[in-house]
Amino acid sequence: MISAPDVVAFTREEQPEDALCSEPPLPEEYSVPLFPFSGSGANPWAKVAGSKFSRDFILISEFSEQVGPQPLLTVPDDAKVSGAFDLNYFSLRIMSVDYQASFVGHPPGSAYPKLNFVEDSKVVLGDSKEGAFAYVHHLTLYDLEARGFVRPFCMAYISADEHKIMRQFQELSAEFSKASECLKTGNRKAFANELEKKLKDLDYTRTVLHNETEIQKKANDKGYYTTQAIEKANELASVEKSIIEHQDLLKQIRSYPYRKLKESDFHPYEPERALEQADAGCERDAAASDLAEAGETHLYAHAPSYTPKLIKAKSAKCFDKKLKTLEELCDVYFFTQTLDQLYQIERTFRGDVCYLLTEQISRALLKQQRVTNFLFEDVSLLDEKQPENQYGGCRGLGHDDVDGKCLEEPSAPKVVISLGSYKSSVECVPIKMEQEMKDSQESRMSESVTFEQQDNLDYLDADLKGSISSGESIEVLGTEKSASGLTKSESQASLPVSPSPQAGRSKVGSRRTVSEDSIEVLSTCPSEALIPEDFKASYPSAINEEPYVDDGDGGLRFAPKQEDAAEQEALLQVDSACCIGKESPGFLEPLAELGQKPCDEDGVVRIPPQPYREAEQGPRGAFGGFPSHEGASGGLLPPYELDSRYLAGSREVSKSSLDECSDSTSYISSAASTCSDRTPSPARPGCRAGDRHRKRAGQGALRFIRQYPFAHPAIYSLLSGRTLVVLGEEEAVVRKLVTALSIFVPNGAVDARPVKHWVTSPLHLLDFQKWKLIGLQRTGSPGGMNVLHALSRYSRYVSILDTDSKTLRCPLYKGSVVSRLADHRTQIKRGSTYYMHVQSILTQLCSKAFLFAFCHHLHLPISEREPEESVVKRRMNFLKLQLGLANEDIKIVQYLAELLKLQYIQEPGQGGNPLLRFDYVPSFLYKI
Amino acid sequence: KSSVQTIGEEQIQNPYTELLVLKGHQDIVRFLVQVDDCRYEIVFQITGEKLFELHGHTHKITAIAPFSSSDASEENKHLILTASADRTVIVWDCTSGTQVQKVSCFHSTVKCLTVLQRLDVWLSGGNDLCVWNRKLDLLCKTSHLTDAGVSALVELPKNCVAAAVGKELIIFRLTASNDGTEGWNIVEVKRLVDHQDNILSLVSVNDLTFVTGSHVGELIVWDALDWTKQASECNFWDSSVHPDVQPEIKLSQSPNETSVQHLTSDEECVFAAVGKGIYVYNLQMKRVIACQRTAHDSSVLHIEKLPNRQLISCSEDGSVRIWELREKQQLPAEPVSTGFFNMWGFGRASKQPNQTAKKMQENTPMYFLELVGDLIGHSSAVQMFLYFGELGLATCSADHLIILWKDGERESRLRSLTLFQKLAESGDLQIKV
Repeated sequence: MISAPDVVAFTREEQPEDALCSEPPLPEEYSVPLFPFSGSGANPWAKVAGSKFSRDFILISEFSEQVGPQPLLTVPDDAKVSGAFDLNYFSLRIMSVDYQASFVGHPPGSAYPKLNFVEDSKVVLGDSKEGAFAYVHHLTLYDLEARGFVRPFCMAYISADEHKIMRQFQELSAEFSKASECLKTGNRKAFANELEKKLKDLDYTRTVLHNETEIQKKANDKGYYTTQAIEKANELASVEKSIIEHQDLLKQIRSYPYRKLKESDFHPYEPERALEQADAGCERDAAASDLAEAGETHLYAHAPSYTPKLIKAKSAKCFDKKLKTLEELCDVYFFTQTLDQLYQIERTFRGDVCYLLTEQISRALLKQQRVTNFLFEDVSLLDEKQPENQYGGCRGLGHDDVDGKCLEEPSAPKVVISLGSYKSSVECVPIKMEQEMKDSQESRMSESVTFEQQDNLDYLDADLKGSISSGESIEVLGTEKSASGLTKSESQASLPVSPSPQAGRSKVGSRRTVSEDSIEVLSTCPSEALIPEDFKASYPSAINEEPYVDDGDGGLRFAPKQEDAAEQEALLQVDSACCIGKESPGFLEPLAELGQKPCDEDGVVRIPPQPYREAEQGPRGAFGGFPSHEGASGGLLPPYELDSRYLAGSREVSKSSLDECSDSTSYISSAASTCSDRTPSPARPGCRAGDRHRKRAGQGALRFIRQYPFAHPAIYSLLSGRTLVVLGEEEAVVRKLVTALSIFVPNGAVDARPVKHWVTSPLHLLDFQKWKLIGLQRTGSPGGMNVLHALSRYSRYVSILDTDSKTLRCPLYKGSVVSRLADHRTQIKRGSTYYMHVQSILTQLCSKAFLFAFCHHLHLPISEREPEESVVKRRMNFLKLQLGLANEDIKIVQYLAELLKLQYIQEPGQGGNPLLRFDYVPSFLYKI
Repeated sequence: KSSVQTIGEEQIQNPYTELLVLKGHQDIVRFLVQVDDCRYEIVFQITGEKLFELHGHTHKITAIAPFSSSDASEENKHLILTASADRTVIVWDCTSGTQVQKVSCFHSTVKCLTVLQRLDVWLSGGNDLCVWNRKLDLLCKTSHLTDAGVSALVELPKNCVAAAVGKELIIFRLTASNDGTEGWNIVEVKRLVDHQDNILSLVSVNDLTFVTGSHVGELIVWDALDWTKQASECNFWDSSVHPDVQPEIKLSQSPNETSVQHLTSDEECVFAAVGKGIYVYNLQMKRVIACQRTAHDSSVLHIEKLPNRQLISCSEDGSVRIWELREKQQLPAEPVSTGFFNMWGFGRASKQPNQTAKKMQENTPMYFLELVGDLIGHSSAVQMFLYFGELGLATCSADHLIILWKDGERESRLRSLTLFQKLAESGDLQIKV
């Protein structure tokens, strides 16, 4: 986590308002209506206020050929979620944008019915009356009994927050595509089985008919055919035809182009893939996993127990029979898989959009920090989440050698496909793919600049929202075609950049009139028309106009977390710094010229934001130019825009900025806590189990720092790699405390997390090597004595926190980092907020450690003859003056740097022995 | 009666700030042998990387000796000899980790092994003494000596070997046999019966002297050429010279408390691990110049002198301590009159200054052993350790572990070096000007 989204929420919402206020008053008819719900004392940020449902949900609807659009199920399956929201009505809405242009049935000139493998379509719909916005994913399933063999369905992600839908379009699209793919795979399987059954029936019928005809033939030697015989013969013929037709269908469904699946960016999850292939390859072999299911619910042709029955050659009329349910249409295994996925989607996209965005951005950033991210982040989480949640544009991040092609590949085919499907119902939006491509290429060239444009797009986009007031209209606000444009803006979503004047102009220009009772399809595609040429030219100035949102943490402000370019840069930078001022403080002078106090981070501030080497793609390029830890709130800061506070003494700086920091956060958090429960605050019920854990840990840590006056040395112990033993009688208490403190524990180079929640046996040296935070049982038994004896024996390697007597035995801490990290007067109330606060400071520490570890001349002599002492001196100077570390803080950074080194030089595949580093320093006993 | 000097957690002079635990052994680790500069024992390298695991013996290993050939014809081969209670000796190849040869014609357990590099033969001592050559041919052997067997062997000049057999010290001489080309005969030359009890340790100081220590605390310095007694320190616990501590001695005077467990020496001094204490015996002055009577909580098992006047000792109590032999400023108010010893405390922390016994003379500097650091890591007796200079220290223990103690600063520097090398290799490090 890079920074707290609270901040984002505020800055994002405030900027446009300010912009509006400063403009001359508009004529009445153009003015934006006031927020309609402000009268009721509702929180203006509560976007859900206008809607009738309490939170986002997923709706699956069908356009039934018998009864029309009908809702089938919701995820979560809870009546409370949709509340008073009219699902039937909304189903009608979303299904009415039916796109089906695909022809299924007898195409002219073809003898047999032909299956069309239709691509899904994805649209964004808005119903301002209902206060609902939806990402709608249309898909068709095959049903032998349905008209044209197809049943149109749609899955809709319904949210009250239009922004969320728009910004998360790519992610939603990707996720729903996966779910849809899963459902369709199951459907194809079921369809094939159904066909086989039908074929068997037909075959049986034919045999019966044939026999009958033969019998008749034999019985009848009159030489002419009776009408009965002719009827039979006709029936036989039609059955034969039907058999051929069905065989053809079966062949078609089996020959479903899986290749296409692989080429496109759909990535059905692996188990399914395996199944699928087994499925496709040897249909007749009952897959092992299916056997179990086959027994219970469905009788497939696989099942040997199926007995063919006599059927009529002509199928019954549609209205005569009950149509299959969704569940029946799909293989049970895949159906449950799909539902699981939908639940997963619901969980993933729960919460406020800015929270999601921050999450995504920080995850993307963290992923780039390959050298340092293992320290405080759950890398496994990063790795596993990334392929799932990535949005299209960012997909390339995972691979090292992506070039521009990647941008084109995922988006191009989709667009081509969906283009046709829109034609039927709504007006076609002209897509300028070529320009899009050009755009992206341009953006590649002007790398970090790209996002400016995107951000303005963002505002355009935001402005479109202004037209939502239309009464009975459904607006298709975005389609897939705008995908790539969206991607870019998404990635920049949380960058608070004030719109340049041009942006304002174009904003006005693009305002559209309110329409009544119409369906509109809007494109957010960044066509050239929307972006005036001169506007683009103004990027550099736009950078300067960026508001500086100082979170006052006084951290390093520089981009280079990206290994290569950045590293070189950093090295260069420090090299020069080293050379200039081996020991004299004079080397700080050039910085003073910048009107800056030679405070901690000066030396590094001068490093210009480095464009990421792989900045080809819009969003990625933008990430590259991103300050690594200030994250969303900081933005790119020109050094000379630093707050005047930085002119104060460095000690004071850290202090005042600390206060400022905690104040601002506290303000936010208190504000947040006063809003109604429906506030979509970032701390909403966790999206993932990890979130809940974070929240709990954060809460526990907050309690710890408030409860224990000696929290600082304890946290220092953890950060400096000295094992902290939490001693206590009650397991629950100890476990809780260990969980709380675990957020301060840096991970080692070894895979396992160095936290052990509960140990009852005496500790051993190996334990200290493995674990840096241990919960230990205290008992009165002789065994317990052993435990304590071992503890006292190894006391030099551990700090001991006694929860029963509330004492702490550990080395002294006099630094300042931890006090910023754990201020007992902090006003932060929420666990998750505190967690983020901690993470942001730890990230700063990481970057310092990175810099320290990777600066060549801090560790190796510049010239051959340089004595070791001068290197040591330089190193200390760097730590003290440039990184602004004092006393024990140095040890923290040294320890983190050591971990970085170990991780870096560790051979892949080789586990490596964990080292135990320690100091011979006296411990002190702290009491409450 | 915990009178062991302790040092606080603040140990400025202790260089070992990083440790690496090597797991791998399933049982007590008894021996560490330095094979060449950076390899030791059977299995481990200084980096902690496990080189080889050598399996072959069915019983515990009783002795181990490195045997590197200096033959110019062959490539420099490092061999290890191991003797075991299963009455076999196995020769291992260090470079490949394979068993070269196995000798199993022993009638008794081989308790000690000595390699006479000069003669390119090695000796095994059990109930008798056998001489072998590199190819593991038995060259000659002595008659059955005692049932107790040879407990220690040391090489002396003039092709002689001193073997400690029970209370006796037997000098053997190897003579080239008259008939054969490569044959050797072993002849008993002299028996020395000056020790009152079993000889536990035997160490050669230089070409002219060697030292023995016995179970009851006798230390005898011998002339290596004519095998005469040069000096002896018969009783470290002579109550007459330590009137103050007499009561305590009576309480604690068990044989274990006085046995000379291990001896080591440099050119000037012999360092003796006696019971729980460490004694420094100056060969020239022929007296104990410094001692730390209770250096550990339990018997000191191994002791080694470092080049920088430091001394490392390890003990059954699981700790390793680093001592420094310091010259003491003589104070005028010294109660010299009381005899040959004065009562002088070591460190500030010492509660019983009387423990320090130091022989002193008017014109000689006085010494004392100061505790400069201790290493705590093992949970059981530390059997032995090896000092690798600046590379660090390896300790082995009954808790199945080997711990490498390293200088954290140095290791950190080395890691940085590796890091930048790796960066350079991967091409990430291109310093542009």
